[in-house]
Amino acid sequence: MRRIEFEGKERMNRLEKIVKVILTILGLISIFTTIGIIFSLFEETLMFFKEVSIVEFLTGTKWTPLLEPTHFGVLPLVAGTMLIVVIAAFISIPIGLGSAIYLSEYAPKKVRKILKPVLEVLAGVPSIVYGYFALTAITPFIRNIFPETSVYNALSAGIAVGIMTIPLVSSMSEDAMMAVPDSLRNGAYALGATKLEVTKDVVIPTAMSSIVASFILAISRAIGETMIVAMAAGSTPKLTFNPLESIQTMTGYIVQISMGDVPYGSLAYKTLFAVGTLLFLMTFTLNVISRYFVRKYRRAY
Amino acid sequence: MEAILSVRNLNFYYGDNRALKDINMDIYKNNVTAFIGPSGCGKSTFLRTLNRMNDFIENVKVEGSIIYEGKDIYSKEMEPVELRRRIGMVFQKPNPFPKTIYENIVYGLRKNGVNKKEILDEVVEKTLKAVALYDEVKDKIYKSALELSGGQQQRLCIARAIAMQPDVVLMDEPTSALDPISTMKIEELVLELKKDYTIIIVTHSMQQAARISDYTAFFLNGEVIEYDETSKIFSNPRDKRTEDYITGRFG
Repeated sequence: MRRIEFEGKERMNRLEKIVKVILTILGLISIFTTIGIIFSLFEETLMFFKEVSIVEFLTGTKWTPLLEPTHFGVLPLVAGTMLIVVIAAFISIPIGLGSAIYLSEYAPKKVRKILKPVLEVLAGVPSIVYGYFALTAITPFIRNIFPETSVYNALSAGIAVGIMTIPLVSSMSEDAMMAVPDSLRNGAYALGATKLEVTKDVVIPTAMSSIVASFILAISRAIGETMIVAMAAGSTPKLTFNPLESIQTMTGYIVQISMGDVPYGSLAYKTLFAVGTLLFLMTFTLNVISRYFVRKYRRAY
Repeated sequence: MEAILSVRNLNFYYGDNRALKDINMDIYKNNVTAFIGPSGCGKSTFLRTLNRMNDFIENVKVEGSIIYEGKDIYSKEMEPVELRRRIGMVFQKPNPFPKTIYENIVYGLRKNGVNKKEILDEVVEKTLKAVALYDEVKDKIYKSALELSGGQQQRLCIARAIAMQPDVVLMDEPTSALDPISTMKIEELVLELKKDYTIIIVTHSMQQAARISDYTAFFLNGEVIEYDETSKIFSNPRDKRTEDYITGRFG
């Protein structure tokens, strides 16, 4: 047979090198833009703290950066965010976990095949749609029951944020529970455990770290959620825990100022960055914690 | 000889596929009964019908009856949960719960309302001794069972099963994931346990069946080809197919 001449290895090597260089550049771009954003955020924040003490910012209970006399206590915004987060968590954690348990342990295969994609589609609904839903459906409903409720209120927005984060909890928790090997379930069944006991004693504890991670991610998402709270929660920075009042979250404040006509470089302008940095640190910490839980889970099985 | 389980005309279907065909068999008390046969012959499926572990698979059907203590285990009076307390099971791959050794052993007891510490402590010690694991783990019974070796985990799973004081222990290829020394220990354990329990073991190893069982059933394509005392099956099989299998001509 004729000896076949193969093209040299050189061509392959050249292509390999070029691809490697391109991919490295792309990777670096994503890393450096992120670092750049964080850097500029921190830079403006430092400028802000030259004019306002960090103690006043973190402990002050009044937030009136645009009104004389100005106050720069961020606590009302933090409280507003927390109120939304707590309400959202009360919705998304039980419903998300419940549907995850149903899908993973109780639903017949056919039902799961239909329901799981439906839940995942829910995760793709733009948050402005939820905001609109909060304003036009949830708020009137609440006002029917509690007529003294403000048009803009934390409860309505919190519920909408909660509904939005259900798929986050259910999808991640369900994946974790599905990953629990059947051999473990069978082991418990063979000892005379009921289905509920198997779920409660074996499946959930084994998947616990990922379940907790999903809760944290949902909370982190709720903290960062902007559109719904900007539309439905109001714009009254207020240190209150009454969910029926109008409040303002950190994100809501940022939207309000960004869209207003605050002069570039003014102190009010710089508050954006201070609030933004605080927001970033909160969600970043939560994401780190959630990653820690996921990794802990991988170790066991 | 007293039969503890009597299987009559048992058929089992996965969808339309008839996986077990007209099985009739008496399982004798305080004996070791081995099921042998090539992969896919139905021996594991049959084992799992005995404590209704097949209930969890969708789209299966059982016909015929399995009489245990005068009752058909597939009748309405029989609670599968209760049945599995009395007929325990050990699986192919060791499957300890991600809990402590102690909690693994007492799990079944706790689920059945036994919570007295003295009783639980006693059961843990006794069962660990019964499976010859006590000396190896006595200092770490409050540590995670996942830290044990595969062979130790499997003996723990046997301890977990006998902690329920079952009548019958089903073993589904319990040594197939283990090294030879661990396998030997499990085999010794089986011989020890048959004084108190009836043991049914599925094995792919004919040597293992010959070493430890009193009765052997040979399965092929969902049928029991031959069921008899182990010595007869291995020295003087009546059916040509049994002979071919045990002499290694197929399977």
